[in-house]
Amino acid sequence: MSCATPAARGRLRYTLLVAALAAVLVCAAVAGLTLGSVRIPASQVLETLTGAAGPGPYRTIVLDVRLPRVLLGAVVGAGLAVIGTVLQALVRNQLADPFVLGVSSGASVGAVGAIVLGAGAGIATTVTVPLAAFTGALGSLVLVYGFARGGGALTTGRLLLAGVAVSYILSALTSLLMVTSARADHLKEILHWTLGGLGSARWDMLALPTAVLAVGTAVLVTLARPLDLLLVGEEGATVLGLDTGRFRAAVFVLASLLTGVLVAFSGAIGFVGLMVPHAARMAVGAGHRRLLPVAALGGAAFLVLADLAARTVAAPQDIPVGVLTALTGGPFFLWMLRRRPYGTTAGAAA
Amino acid sequence: MTTLTTEGLSYGVDGRHLVDDVTLTAADGETVGLVGPNGSGKTTLLRCVYGTLRPSHGRVLLDGEDLHAMSPKARARRIATVPQDSAAAFELTVREVVAMGRSPHKRFWEQDTDADDTLVRRALARVGITDLADRAFPSLSGGERQRALTARALVQQPSLVVLDEPTNHLDIRYQLEILGLVRDLGTTNLLALHDLNLAAYYCDRIYVLDQGRVVASGPPKDVLTVDLLRTVYGVSAEVSVHPTTGAPTVVYLPVST
Repeated sequence: MSCATPAARGRLRYTLLVAALAAVLVCAAVAGLTLGSVRIPASQVLETLTGAAGPGPYRTIVLDVRLPRVLLGAVVGAGLAVIGTVLQALVRNQLADPFVLGVSSGASVGAVGAIVLGAGAGIATTVTVPLAAFTGALGSLVLVYGFARGGGALTTGRLLLAGVAVSYILSALTSLLMVTSARADHLKEILHWTLGGLGSARWDMLALPTAVLAVGTAVLVTLARPLDLLLVGEEGATVLGLDTGRFRAAVFVLASLLTGVLVAFSGAIGFVGLMVPHAARMAVGAGHRRLLPVAALGGAAFLVLADLAARTVAAPQDIPVGVLTALTGGPFFLWMLRRRPYGTTAGAAA
Repeated sequence: MTTLTTEGLSYGVDGRHLVDDVTLTAADGETVGLVGPNGSGKTTLLRCVYGTLRPSHGRVLLDGEDLHAMSPKARARRIATVPQDSAAAFELTVREVVAMGRSPHKRFWEQDTDADDTLVRRALARVGITDLADRAFPSLSGGERQRALTARALVQQPSLVVLDEPTNHLDIRYQLEILGLVRDLGTTNLLALHDLNLAAYYCDRIYVLDQGRVVASGPPKDVLTVDLLRTVYGVSAEVSVHPTTGAPTVVYLPVST
């Protein structure tokens, strides 16, 4: 009887979708452990994971190289998709992604500065680069927030304009640091960072982003109701009881902090936060309680697969995964544009 | 039991008064109309009342309580409104948009209960859009949106309903239905209306605004006079009492050239 109601059918469909996405993620992870410059049989991978296999080169590759990389990919992918979803609601525009509000360019300045200066001073860059990237992200957050807030409420328009302006300035600074850096080996490292990649993943890098992702996503899911309210606009949300200025500010700060932590470890991997929220919204609608978990799972699976491709397509060359996400994301976006007149609803909203 | 009062309400931008020293009341259960030419300050006045604009002078009182001292949420539990521009980004369904009316009664993490779902279903039925419940809100026509947003105001369970041109974009049948519906809610209602004949029929009292000031107020039959139409709207008209409705009826006369 209850199975026949539309609501129950909707719940069943949603549960199946989440289960399917989780299965895709697990398969992607297994593929990510098996494939690569060295192919390791799945049975061997399984034995290594369960601890049945003895020490050896396979064990090192699976446990110390591939597994942290797969896990970091899943965490970063999920995080970028969640942040993208939330920022698109915040500015009511489908073109928003985790980087539109200037956070990544701040992180870039920090990272590139650390590479250029820190490496020259002989400091280990594996610690200083993420730290400097996060500091840069925080700095740009403060700048954007300050300018967006200055002299009035935090509205969508001010936030976007401040984000874009700060982005340009900081990108120019990054370029300046790059061209004035004398050493060629810096350039490769800088390029790798700005394009985004998971190649430097290590076990000791996982705890912080994982914890931040878990807490951030949990908080955002509990905020599903006010996030939905943002979709009906400034005035619409206010008359439904939302203190839009304060809520916007809180969500912006939370999203920026999340972005800062993630890009500090992975660099600026583009398009995941733009594309995955769209696809998720097409599958389950715009209500955030259902949307956020689907976006997180989808983002995780997508980035693990993209990173697998980045490692294998031109093996033994390791292509920055950001290049691959852009190569798949760009066409996807154009296809979306053709499919429906997105500009119209977004334009009316702004 | 809800009485709305504005005391000496003014709202200005750059020294220009869009609303100028407006004092009005809407007694419990009364339907009060705001009429006046374009740019006379109707929308600005309403926005001061439902709280998205802060008046530069004067107060808005709901049962003696200052509305602008309340939190947005407390205000939204008392007042329901349909802002003129209610575009929704992304494809929320009609049901989701209507269910948002429950938000002011909820903690932000609370989910809707069966009781909430029932309220939403009843509201959809009451405005006659049950069959549109699962459609994407942006795909609706102007009139259908208006009805969905009226349903949202219903589930908000307010004591004061403030509507800005609720009959815009609507076919005449739905104009009558929406206004009838609002009247039957039993709430105190404040409506800005363009159509003087609809205002005359559905409102207990009306206020006429011109350049931000109240220039006349009272029951429609006392307010809608040939003189007022000439001075405020600059038109010649005949006003008579309609034999069927008993309300004053305005017939506009062509402008003589």
